[in-house]
Amino acid sequence: MIEYDLIMMSLVIFVPAAFGLLCLIFPAKFKEAVRWWALLGTAVTLCLSLCLLVEYYFLLDSRSDRGLRSLHHPKTLLDARADEALRRASMPAPEPRQAYDWVGTVPWIDRFDIQYCIGIDGISLPLIVLTSLVMFFAVIASWKIETNVRAYFFLLLTLQTGVLGTFFALDLFLLYVFYEVMLIPMYFLIGVWGGARRKYAAFKFVIYTLLGSVFLLVAIIGLYFTDVRDFVDKTAVDARAEERRKESPRLTQDEIREYHTFHIPTLQRAGQGAMLVLTGQQNRLTARDEPGEGKVPLLGRGVHIESARGRFQQAFFQPTYQYLFFVLLFVGFAVKVPVVPFHSWLPDAHVEAPTPVSMILAGILLKLGGYGLLRLAYPICPWAADQLSLVIAGLGAFGIVYGAFVALGQTDFKRLLAYSSISHMGYVILGLAAWGGGAKSQYWAWGMNGAMYQMVAHGITASAMFFVVGVLYDRSHTREIRQLGGVMTSMPLFAGLSAILFFASMGLPGLCGFVGELFVVLGSWNYHPGLSLAAIGATVVTAAYLLWTWQRVYLGVNHHGHYTEITAREAAVLLTFVVLSIALGVLPQTLLLSWMEPSVTGLVESLARLKPD
Amino acid sequence: MFEPSNLLLAVPALPLLGALLCVAFGSVKELRKWAHVPAVLCAALSCAAALTVVSNIGEADVHFPQDRTGEPISWFSVATATTKLSADFGLEADQLSGIMLIGITFIGTWIVVFSIGYMHGSPGYPRFFAAVSLFLASMTLLVLADNFLLMFAGWEGVGLCSYLLVGYWHDKPSAAAAARKAFLVTRLGDVGLLLGSFLLWQMAGRNSFNYQFIFEKAAEMVNAHPYLFPAACLLVFSGAVGKSAQFPLYVWLPDAMEGPTPVSALIHAATMVTAGVYLLARCAALFTLCPAVQATVAVIGAFTAILAAYIALTQNDLKRVLAYSTVSQLGFMFLALGCAGPVVPSFAVTAAVFHLFTHAFFKAVLFLSAGSVMHAMHDEIDMRLFSGLRKKLPVTHLAFLCGAAALAGLPLLSGFWSKDMILESALEAGESKRFGTLYYLLFGVAITTAAMTAFYTFRAYFRTFWGPLKMPEGAHPHETWVMNIPLLVLAIGALAVGIVAEPFTHWFSHFLGHAKTLVQADAGRVAEHHLNWPLMIGSGAVALLGIGVAWAMYAGNSQSADNLAKNLKTPYYASLNKLYVDEIYNVLIVQPFLMIAGFCKLCEAIVYDLVRLVAMVPRFLADLIRPLQNGLVQFYALSMAMGLAAIVGYLVLVAK
Repeated sequence: MIEYDLIMMSLVIFVPAAFGLLCLIFPAKFKEAVRWWALLGTAVTLCLSLCLLVEYYFLLDSRSDRGLRSLHHPKTLLDARADEALRRASMPAPEPRQAYDWVGTVPWIDRFDIQYCIGIDGISLPLIVLTSLVMFFAVIASWKIETNVRAYFFLLLTLQTGVLGTFFALDLFLLYVFYEVMLIPMYFLIGVWGGARRKYAAFKFVIYTLLGSVFLLVAIIGLYFTDVRDFVDKTAVDARAEERRKESPRLTQDEIREYHTFHIPTLQRAGQGAMLVLTGQQNRLTARDEPGEGKVPLLGRGVHIESARGRFQQAFFQPTYQYLFFVLLFVGFAVKVPVVPFHSWLPDAHVEAPTPVSMILAGILLKLGGYGLLRLAYPICPWAADQLSLVIAGLGAFGIVYGAFVALGQTDFKRLLAYSSISHMGYVILGLAAWGGGAKSQYWAWGMNGAMYQMVAHGITASAMFFVVGVLYDRSHTREIRQLGGVMTSMPLFAGLSAILFFASMGLPGLCGFVGELFVVLGSWNYHPGLSLAAIGATVVTAAYLLWTWQRVYLGVNHHGHYTEITAREAAVLLTFVVLSIALGVLPQTLLLSWMEPSVTGLVESLARLKPD
Repeated sequence: MFEPSNLLLAVPALPLLGALLCVAFGSVKELRKWAHVPAVLCAALSCAAALTVVSNIGEADVHFPQDRTGEPISWFSVATATTKLSADFGLEADQLSGIMLIGITFIGTWIVVFSIGYMHGSPGYPRFFAAVSLFLASMTLLVLADNFLLMFAGWEGVGLCSYLLVGYWHDKPSAAAAARKAFLVTRLGDVGLLLGSFLLWQMAGRNSFNYQFIFEKAAEMVNAHPYLFPAACLLVFSGAVGKSAQFPLYVWLPDAMEGPTPVSALIHAATMVTAGVYLLARCAALFTLCPAVQATVAVIGAFTAILAAYIALTQNDLKRVLAYSTVSQLGFMFLALGCAGPVVPSFAVTAAVFHLFTHAFFKAVLFLSAGSVMHAMHDEIDMRLFSGLRKKLPVTHLAFLCGAAALAGLPLLSGFWSKDMILESALEAGESKRFGTLYYLLFGVAITTAAMTAFYTFRAYFRTFWGPLKMPEGAHPHETWVMNIPLLVLAIGALAVGIVAEPFTHWFSHFLGHAKTLVQADAGRVAEHHLNWPLMIGSGAVALLGIGVAWAMYAGNSQSADNLAKNLKTPYYASLNKLYVDEIYNVLIVQPFLMIAGFCKLCEAIVYDLVRLVAMVPRFLADLIRPLQNGLVQFYALSMAMGLAAIVGYLVLVAK
């Protein structure tokens, strides 16, 4: 009944929450046991997510044609797999579902066609693995937490379920639920276990994120009100119409055929259709089973373009509403990234959050914003995204430069890293936005891949850097850079490991930061050299603040007492991060790009075909 | 396994392995003092591999991967349906990189050997050898890479190692500051290099960063983009300016002398700083197409040469004298590179690379001898504190003398031949139609600089090794074989490598002239090799003149020098204070940057308060409305009644 892929994916999502709930039944004094239990939970999740990775690689490999683009195949794109699953389900005599297509659906709230629909592809999977990994290390980093240990790990693991669920969800409503699930534990994690001004920081975090969610919610509801029947197979529409007729016989023939959905791939197709409509290329639209030269097969099987024309008068297909939806989705996720005018919560949250929470915040939560833009904002509103691409790219480039300069002026180590995160996430935005038209759209693929790579690389370096600060804070009880110094003398091993992380963050070739930045810079170079110039120039400022920090913290003479060398636990965490940042810099192709790139490039190609040369 | 192609990979891979082994040795307490073993072994093996590879460069270049027709090894790539962006891992050894390889691995090996004695007992012993090995790996990668991106990886790698090694004595604030300065100043140039290679890649059709691919399109590019192409060349040149410490980005190199002396010898004299020269030589096929860019290169080179020489005249720190002389000599090389075009490119570029090659030997020996002096003088390097050391440190004295004589350009020694070729290039370039006068002027600058070079080199020599014996407290002069052997080997090189390689056999220029980029740059022109006797006699005389003046002023007591300094106060202090360039840069560049940072911080504070202000709006509204909810039942009843009355009144009177 329930397929293998659905079970596996659901396990990854819910194992953390299950372990988290069980944390609560431990007696309060068994602190050590709770820690090990939580570690076990994250370890199991990590193993499961790595299994997913292997399975996904098999999926790609099974269609591989060993040509120049070896793991590319149109059939393995998420869109195609989701469509196939939908087609099979809507058949009058349902065909067997596929257990290895890594898309799974279970009905949830039938009345509104809300489904528990999850799936993976090369865009979500790297972030899922990253989440499991960072969470695992965040639990190790939490060993020093002494107050309310059970509640702490419960919240931490619930948070993980929220994040993972958001990455898996293929249903907008489901995604929104998971997105909110993640918010509440975060509020308590900062507000209870944080530093001196934790309440203010937690409050600010929640208000900002809630504001983003409200935008998102409005967009979701607005999207749901769009009748997308033309983008769904005729059989599916018929089936639903039949049910509706039984329920409410008073509806007119047209009303019962209305089709509203939260299904993300369907909405993406509708959005792409909107772009064709708005650019006057309606005639290129065709049904998915009738592909043709120069045609874009977006309509459902059995749907004819002539019958669909009338419904292109809907609000969703009007420029104003496309702008509106895009801005809602963009702002909703931009708060999370954060893109520069919406970033004020991040430094506060980082400074006040305990070390492991900072790691999660920088390593994972910021990626949700980038993921949302990549998965929702761009594919659902490509026309508006294209129209506004220069603005967004400008915001990205501005964030890179601005974040770097603000970081240069900071004296609080954590605040400095927070601004460096803002600067580094600017590359993600710039890479996303560099959508040149026509022949230039191929360079957008580089920008997009760069954005994805940068997210993963930043997830590793940023969480590692926050761990570094945590290690220092445990010993010196200060984050003030001026009160640190000469750490290298007393902690040579720690200094050696952090040096590599500093340089990885700086984007030196051979370390993980370089690949993403180079892709982004090259992609944007072809889009708008000026923005690329700003991004390259900012690397000097990045080097300046990182090296200056390095000099003030690690070099020189230590006047503030002797610090003990890192423990085996801390060394293990740091060493893993160091190995990962080197490995991702030396073997980016093998480790990540080979299986991530087909999806990202596939997405780019599906959007780029909408734009006339 | 021992095919040239695999050996080519071994050249950078062995030192990398050495670096890892050094780290491994460092993590075991008992092995720490043996950390030099992997470094020396790997460097020596890498040298052997490099020599084998070079001996195999004949008609065909050596490549890795060997099969050029297949797919290159991809470092990372994104393929769309129409194009592919790929950063490839490909190594290629041609004549140019071959000569660089010999210099790097041979001199590098001896410097690593020297370091065993020099670094003995210092804290972080394994760290030193790990970083030096990593440096050798990056540097060989830099010269062997067959495309701009991989070259850039090596380029940044050597910058990183330089940073780590300059800041080796990490508890010394001046060392930490010098390391940061070196990294940041060169990074400024690196931005230019990256932009330049992007531009070239774009003009060449966005297909490949491969040198050969881009060079083949050089003529097309210059026709299609008459302004953009020279701009790209200038940007690439700016990368070279940063790495090779040319004006205006030379300021990091003298400060970099804070590092251990073997590092100064290896990185900041013999190899890393020549990366810029290598890059321009590699891109000769591009640069020769832009006469204006070439003139700029030559002017920058000559200007740097004389500027640095002028500063070197009065420095009291022995290592700083050598550092400024390095800057000055690199300026000579850029002058030669800038002459390619007006002069047959293979001749001018050969002059630059030949000078690079000989300079590597004699500057390494000079630095190592200075290190030996420093080692003996209890880490003191100020020439005012010691003198007359020739009896106490005989081997060091001999080695320094060899190096100094070669640097000064004493006839028949290495430096003489290579400098002569550069002067000849400049002179010949003066005969060209465009910029002819300019090149004559540059020739004049160069010959003046040559005299100054001879003077300051021997000033340092006489002040250190002649005069009455004087030593700082705590000094215990001694020499050990592990330091002496490298000194002597390199000293012999400094004396002989020039005369063996070039003037009579022309082996060097014939070998180098076959490099593809030079063949392409020559465009059929043939370099004439002849001995220009008047020039040789002239430059020899100039060198002797400089040495003579130095002898007269410093060999005995330095009374006459002090008098001269008193009489020429302004020029003397200008030179002593390095023309205040650091101070000027501080005002012009560093302070504005910090001001921008301060401004951004201010903006941040404003945004922060703005957010708080916005957050106060709901509270303010709440305060306005809250009195209504005052808990008095009578009040609620009254307002209900009034509201009801208002609605009913409205319905009755207005709405009808």
